[in-house]
Amino acid sequence: MAFVIKQRQIAADNWKLLKPAADGSSTAVASTGDIIVPLAFWLEQREALLSRAGRLGVWLDSHEEPGAIASDFDRFGVIAVNFPKFGDGRGFSIARLLRERYGYQGELRAIGEVGRDHLFFMARCGFDSFLLRDAEDPEQALTAFDDFSDAYQASVERPLPLFRRRFLASPDGVESS
Amino acid sequence: MYIYDEIDQRLVDERVTQFRGQTRRFLAGELSEDDFRALRLRNGLYIQRYAPMLRVAIPYGLLSATQLRKLAQIARTYDRGYAHFSTRQNMQFNWPKLEDVPDILAELATVQMHAIQTSGNCVRNITTDHYAGVASDEIVDSFVWCEVLRQWSTFNPEFTYLPRKFKIAVNGSQSDRVAVQVHDIGLHALRNADGEVGFRVLVGGGLGRTPIIGHVIREFLPWQHLLTYLDAVLRVYNRYGRRDNLNRARIKILVKERTPEVFRKEVEAEWEHLKDGPATLIAEEITRIERRFTRPHYQKLDPLASGYVLALARDKAFANWVGRNVHSHKVPGYAAVTLSLKKTGVPPGDVTAEQMDAIADLADRYSFGELRVSHEQNLILADVRLSELHDLWRKARALGLATPNIGLLTNIICCPGGDFCSLANAKSIPVAEAIQRRFDDLDYLHDIGELDLNISGCMNACGHHHVGHIGILGVDKQGAEFYQISIGGAQGNDASLGKVLGPSVSQAEVPDVIEKLIDLYLSRRDSEEERFVDLVRRIGIEPFKEHVYGIRHQAAADRSRQLEAA
Repeated sequence: MAFVIKQRQIAADNWKLLKPAADGSSTAVASTGDIIVPLAFWLEQREALLSRAGRLGVWLDSHEEPGAIASDFDRFGVIAVNFPKFGDGRGFSIARLLRERYGYQGELRAIGEVGRDHLFFMARCGFDSFLLRDAEDPEQALTAFDDFSDAYQASVERPLPLFRRRFLASPDGVESS
Repeated sequence: MYIYDEIDQRLVDERVTQFRGQTRRFLAGELSEDDFRALRLRNGLYIQRYAPMLRVAIPYGLLSATQLRKLAQIARTYDRGYAHFSTRQNMQFNWPKLEDVPDILAELATVQMHAIQTSGNCVRNITTDHYAGVASDEIVDSFVWCEVLRQWSTFNPEFTYLPRKFKIAVNGSQSDRVAVQVHDIGLHALRNADGEVGFRVLVGGGLGRTPIIGHVIREFLPWQHLLTYLDAVLRVYNRYGRRDNLNRARIKILVKERTPEVFRKEVEAEWEHLKDGPATLIAEEITRIERRFTRPHYQKLDPLASGYVLALARDKAFANWVGRNVHSHKVPGYAAVTLSLKKTGVPPGDVTAEQMDAIADLADRYSFGELRVSHEQNLILADVRLSELHDLWRKARALGLATPNIGLLTNIICCPGGDFCSLANAKSIPVAEAIQRRFDDLDYLHDIGELDLNISGCMNACGHHHVGHIGILGVDKQGAEFYQISIGGAQGNDASLGKVLGPSVSQAEVPDVIEKLIDLYLSRRDSEEERFVDLVRRIGIEPFKEHVYGIRHQAAADRSRQLEAA
């Protein structure tokens, strides 16, 4: 059985990730089981996918538009965003858009080249579920969420940037430190 | 200096721990070479031609005497007793050991320094005017805004893996001393009719392989919206910037391919969603940051300190130095002094550990314990009393830091080049030195007047060759090191990109070419006021080309054109 990191814990996971065939065409989909399909599958086979017995998720590649699924959030048990390369940071923006612009509240999973050193940033952008790439030590990876104890910017995890939290803590501008 | 609070310090300390873990995992084989590369780069660590290179951030070029002493100690303990100031106001150590880097970072953290985001595809050190806070044409103190941006950019979760590196410059004065037009984002502070502060926003400028002057996408952005607007620009870039080709990945290419107008619209559309959100700045935060900067306690001084005026009249060498290396100050009786790191025979921007200690002492003694690094790779003592200039000059001269060449031909901006850098096509330091030797006569140098000469060892343009009045670019010609010369570039409010003079030349020929350019300039200028770059703009590059390459070359070029046409 596969596992993912969820709520900062290692959890068993039943979702099966479907990938498009090399030529981009859809592959046959089993009629039961929990599956996460590529965006193109969803757009092409919406009705067939909805009539299956198992649960349904969708995944976006890093160049795809999160707006394409914004009106279908209640259809999905999970939305995943792919990080095709270690250095491809588009997924961070996609996550923020899903959470902050389109108001997605469900499970948001990072897939692909997901390494220990990405986790802190991914969590701040709104991911709450992580399918680690092969060769990552999951126990090791759990420590990454505590790499930093605070952050300057506004984020999905903490919508108020540090400067607003500071101001709320001491509106007269007198600092404790 | 901006003084860290408890959270600023904690984040820097936590970075040291994080990087120690990353280094340990790499050395233990748990992290691949490629992955570690991406991680170490965003911590300023390159693996260079002969050894690693560690680039330490000097945020907006502001440095305390204590910090400089720490850098000197690091140079002695972990390096070979010297270091190099880069054109982005940072410091580079050329010989540290990979396994020592976590310890070096821990040392830096004790003086509120770090190497965060000094490389890698993320927002880099924010640069600004080395006269911030003291310039008489100041609109805002750009240090404050740079610190606001430092915090916004540090570990920004969304923009930590951009398509390519991202450089932001902030100019707070009337005259542009930061080259806002050749940055990924250039911010030029303004005040509107009501006296409120805002920024003119330029995007998509840059040097490197494709030099482009930036485009104004917003004439006046009220300061409250600075961060949300930058979020919008960065988001559009992060999502749509090219990632298929390293050489086409900078924001300038995206702006060019989409056209500045379309890009502007996309940014505005994105900003509509972010505007007035939680990241909107508040006055209390600006005040808080302002208050965390230590400020010099200026005295009321006689602006015509008698000793100073007398010394100027009596001592020609001192007067020469004042003429070139001393800059006016907004407070009467004070001046800003440039310590030249461009002495002939020393690689531009290099300092020894002993010099660093001595400079730290000078900063303590003469300038409130602070100094600034300029993008021209010199050091500035920004708050020196006029009455103490003569003393300071004598001490600086004894240290080899008083070459009166600021703004002159030998104040060469120069990257480390092929002697150190693995990207370089050609060496740059020996070229700089050969030119400095050729023009070592100070009277001649002063007669030539203002001239920026910039050298880059490859088209990445770390030496800003495109905006030099004379620019020199190292190129690879069938395995041999050659140099392409361009003229007519300029930085500042009237920035322009240089034009290539003609076929590249060998290293030995470079000083001759420069001399020919100068000969022609001296014979054709209409007065001493007409600078080299002014003459190039007036008469064009053709006369220079002819003078350098001669009629014979012209004839050959004409012949080949005729043959092509036939």
